[in-house]
Amino acid sequence: MDLLEYQGKQLFAKHGIAVPGGEVAKTVDEAVAAAEKIGYPCAIKAQVLIGGRGKAGGIKIASDAAQAREYADAIIGMDIVGPHGEGPFRVDQVWIEGGSDIASEYYASVILDRGEKKLLAMVSAKGGMDIEAVAAEDPDALVKRHIDPTREFDVVAARAIVAEAGLAEDALDQAAEVLVKLAEVATNEDASLIEVNPLIVTSAREVVALDAKVTIDGNALFRHQDLAEIADTVDDPQEAMAKEKGLTYVKLDGNVGILANGAGLCMSTLDVVAQAGGAPANFLDAGGGSKAEAIVNALEVIVSDKKVSAILFNIFGGITRCDEIANGIVTASSQLGLELPLVVRLDGTNSEQGLEILAEADLPNLHQEKTMLDAARRVVELAGSA
Amino acid sequence: MSIIVGNETKLAVSGLTGREGSFHGLRNRAYGTDLVAGVTPGKGGQDVEGVPVFDTIKESVEEAGANTSMIFVPARFAAAAIDEAIDSGVETVIAITEGIPVLDMLATYWKAKEAGVRLIGPNCPGVLSPGKANVGIIPAQFFEPGSIGVVSKSGTLTYQIGNELKQAGAGNSSIVGIGGDPIVGSDFIDILTLYEADPETELIVMVGEIGGDAEERAAEFIASDISKPVVAYIAGFTAPPGKQMGHAGAIISGSSGTAQAKKDALEARGVRVGQSPTEAAAIAVEMLRAL
Repeated sequence: MDLLEYQGKQLFAKHGIAVPGGEVAKTVDEAVAAAEKIGYPCAIKAQVLIGGRGKAGGIKIASDAAQAREYADAIIGMDIVGPHGEGPFRVDQVWIEGGSDIASEYYASVILDRGEKKLLAMVSAKGGMDIEAVAAEDPDALVKRHIDPTREFDVVAARAIVAEAGLAEDALDQAAEVLVKLAEVATNEDASLIEVNPLIVTSAREVVALDAKVTIDGNALFRHQDLAEIADTVDDPQEAMAKEKGLTYVKLDGNVGILANGAGLCMSTLDVVAQAGGAPANFLDAGGGSKAEAIVNALEVIVSDKKVSAILFNIFGGITRCDEIANGIVTASSQLGLELPLVVRLDGTNSEQGLEILAEADLPNLHQEKTMLDAARRVVELAGSA
Repeated sequence: MSIIVGNETKLAVSGLTGREGSFHGLRNRAYGTDLVAGVTPGKGGQDVEGVPVFDTIKESVEEAGANTSMIFVPARFAAAAIDEAIDSGVETVIAITEGIPVLDMLATYWKAKEAGVRLIGPNCPGVLSPGKANVGIIPAQFFEPGSIGVVSKSGTLTYQIGNELKQAGAGNSSIVGIGGDPIVGSDFIDILTLYEADPETELIVMVGEIGGDAEERAAEFIASDISKPVVAYIAGFTAPPGKQMGHAGAIISGSSGTAQAKKDALEARGVRVGQSPTEAAAIAVEMLRAL
């Protein structure tokens, strides 16, 4: 689960890392009121889960109330597309914070290195820009050090890292302390990624986190009540509905609804539909051992996306029983009054019984295919162009 | 031969008294796996369908001779259960539980490493050596004994490929689900090493998916250390960046960890990559016949 900038900053503040004070606003009036309270100049920053906000026009510095109103009006409701084409992400809240007097901009992060199975601390004196570009063009400018899992990560170890990165001499002690605290946020809050870009030194020589990118391990939310509440706020209507029903659903842009069992098979199904020339509308993993009721729930979520014009069921029954799936399809069809074309591929455990159930129900909109590839081709044909 | 589980496996199931644990533990026994014990704290002395239950894994080792532990306990207690298994004296720990916090696994990973205990999973379907033993939730009916070793991050995708291999008349030495979490006890490289040394395995099928760089690392390793032919399949070409797709590990951040990057890395090292599970299985069968 990714945190918005302001949520990340609140987490930093909780662990004693200096961040600019600010307020969150959802309307232009709220934004202006917050700016008036904070004073000028102040930064008005779009709160969306994507980088490159500044370039997209999502971050502005206002020097008076009129500007605060103008910028808030422009930013709230805008769509931001990420640097790798992600999104678009609609801005529905902004964070207003006091302007910072920047002497230097650095970069600091603590991330989980899956390959090495250790936390990795990274620091650079080249902050405030795309760190991937820095790493590619000037690899020596980014100092990377693994944190030894068997030893405490203390200021001595952290100071060696920030010194090697070439941060200003008089900021080293504070920067080292920030790095230790970032590692503390990682371990105490179950964060698998924490990135501060830029980490600034003010002209008063104070080290402050000016941005915050934090990813929390969704599996650990049971031990973080405050973060679990953030996780419950999902914006997309289909994703919110799926979450409520306990389904793993990710909305995509296309018109072919997809339901498969198992994350791997579901990803593979999206791929073969795309290879057949179609555009998947979603990822939906019905999970292992899906019962009929779960299928009804899943179909309800899929068809609530009005772009969907045909649905593919790709089921390989392991623990999942195909007869249960077939019953779910029949029940859902009558309960939801489904008229969209359904392409069904059932294989594996109890597939014969499942196919019999479908044959008996004789649904006019149901098409059976024997293989995953045939099913993908058929559903793309039936869905038509997006 | 086969790898990780086989005729010599003596299995203790942590969580055997639970609904899932008993269903799959007894299913494993019905397949022929030597299920010697169940483990549930506070339920020592009971039995599940004739299988003695102990309070600790250590007791199952000392009193029932267990050498393999399967973990079926709920996520928030699972890392502690794996830690207990590592200390108990078993050689192999297979963790099926999904949803274990990644930092818990980080500590547990290093503990297993230090103790020299083989850890498979978590969030994996287990290991099946057809005709010998099944430890986990892999539906054994889709696999026949044979000479193709399978290693996979995904469960159902593996069943899909196994079934296609079976229909084409090819079988498996073992099927290893390594799990889709960011931190798993054994990576592709660990399992490739075992298959390389296993005389029964003639060809290896590797099933990866988006996220992390385990496939890229495996590509390097195959080029330097694996003499047997390897065929791969990668899922997740259509996954949008920044979105998590079910498996906790299946997330792309920025441009690394994409399915395309993995495919490119493997092909650059001479590994053939199937476009679909069907094609991967077909390539594997074709290459096996040519051996």
